[in-house]
Amino acid sequence: MGCIENLKYEMILPLGASFKECREYVEKNFKEFWYVDPGYKLFDEYIIGLPPIALGIDGGKIIFPYTKPCHGTYLLAIEDADEAARVRKTARKKK
Amino acid sequence: MTDIPANPDKALIVLGCPEAPAQQALAFHVAYNLRKRGTGVLIAGNPSVLSLLKVSDPEKHYVTDTMVLEKCIAEVVEKKRDCDLCVVFAHNDAAIAYAATMRHLLPERRLVVIVFGKDPGPLADEINFPCEKIIDKAVHNPMQLRKKINEVFGWAA
Repeated sequence: MGCIENLKYEMILPLGASFKECREYVEKNFKEFWYVDPGYKLFDEYIIGLPPIALGIDGGKIIFPYTKPCHGTYLLAIEDADEAARVRKTARKKK
Repeated sequence: MTDIPANPDKALIVLGCPEAPAQQALAFHVAYNLRKRGTGVLIAGNPSVLSLLKVSDPEKHYVTDTMVLEKCIAEVVEKKRDCDLCVVFAHNDAAIAYAATMRHLLPERRLVVIVFGKDPGPLADEINFPCEKIIDKAVHNPMQLRKKINEVFGWAA
């Protein structure tokens, strides 16, 4: 179990959401979103997925896809203002 | 993709969820054929899929090196691990995401994605990155997919 699963998270889209659904949900439902590539480190884990990976930010909350081999991709939200600030500095605005 | 050796020195096999039984048989098949030709093989997967392999091959005739998927991805990102050939078994959306990740992390390497399961067509359509695809409706019976794999790798049946 990765460290993300040990953090206090909110599940935005449940088990079995497709990667595409997660990206579209972030783009449609959050005013602030950023793009990263697979291998981007978030909460000390390397994020996987089809590039570009959309990350939403809502205040200090980061909304991101999290993929597990047997379940598919969950869209999770975790409150962490420092990590959100780091995303704003290191992610990109353009796909 | 450049300088891809006919017989790779190092291969990485990425396994998906073990719920489709064909995967395990074909993972052994691919690992066996690569090793027979002198390729070092590492298999990455979740703890369940690795346990299935270890229990099925206790004396490590087919599979010698395994690694938990997250650790393997971390080592590839951190440039501690490389390969000439990466084979990804995919029968769900998550595995396609892993294949896309490997493509991004190993842009110059040969990537073969084996898409299988009850309905592999729509899954294969999600692949919008450069790779070789082997597609077959295999869930329990690996024979047809094995034939296609042999054709792609140039192995006799």
